[in-house]
Amino acid sequence: MTRDQVGEELPNLAESKLTALVVDDSFVNQTIHQKLLNRLGIKNDVVTNGKEAVDVYCSGGNYDLILMDMDMPIMNGIQATKRLREMGIESKIAGVTTRANEGEKKEFMEAGLNDFQEKPLTISKLLSILHKLNFYVQT
Amino acid sequence: MNTTVVAQLQRQFQDYIVSLYQQGFLDSQFSELRKLQDEGSPDFVSEVVSLFFDDCSKLINTMSRSLEQPDNVDFKQLDSGVHQLKGSSSSVGARRVKNVCISFKECCDVQNREGCLRCLQQVDYEYKMLKTKLQDLFNLEQQILQAGGTIPQVDIN
Repeated sequence: MTRDQVGEELPNLAESKLTALVVDDSFVNQTIHQKLLNRLGIKNDVVTNGKEAVDVYCSGGNYDLILMDMDMPIMNGIQATKRLREMGIESKIAGVTTRANEGEKKEFMEAGLNDFQEKPLTISKLLSILHKLNFYVQT
Repeated sequence: MNTTVVAQLQRQFQDYIVSLYQQGFLDSQFSELRKLQDEGSPDFVSEVVSLFFDDCSKLINTMSRSLEQPDNVDFKQLDSGVHQLKGSSSSVGARRVKNVCISFKECCDVQNREGCLRCLQQVDYEYKMLKTKLQDLFNLEQQILQAGGTIPQVDIN
């Protein structure tokens, strides 16, 4: 476990060798999401839209977890999720978006998500994703 | 280390950051960012807010251009810009900026150009105000560190 600045113990998942891909066109969100993953010991990369995420997988890349934004230029999160599932990609995909009305959430989930969290992401929301997707068991 | 000076600066810092939350400039997401700052990335918060202010400047310029021609406003593009700004303001805890974006979106939805212009002016004002406030906060942090002290954790709940 590691301690963050306020003394809360955070799990260190470095030993589990989890990897994650951040898919978001916002530099602000990229920076925050990468920092959250780093704090939990999860190695990660970042791309700026859905097409780049698909290209990474087409080039042989693979990640345990994808944090997928919804609104992105060129290829959005819904299109990218559908495409990845069509390709047979079984990585866990968590949609993270500020769009939270039921219709938009349903459309995103139906594209092939394993989980959904409303932005902004926090440590506790990320832990919730990891717990739901069985990457982390609270002790 | 002059402990009296450090204590005074720390008190000043605490009072100032609490006032920023109380006056609605910041919300709990800013606290979340502060929790992520550590020895490995001591400037994490200032780096993220700097990216946010870059976003504000770029998006406000783009949206201003969208609103220039009264008979030719691209409300779809405008809505996209407002959505992006709302997203990044939410991510850094810039509460007032986020709230203006909510009103801005409502004006876009009904294609109210005058309302959009007012919101644009307001969002420009709010982000610049926040930028000044946070610069003062970061300056206080530096003063504390230079005096040999540590930055206080502040529980705003």
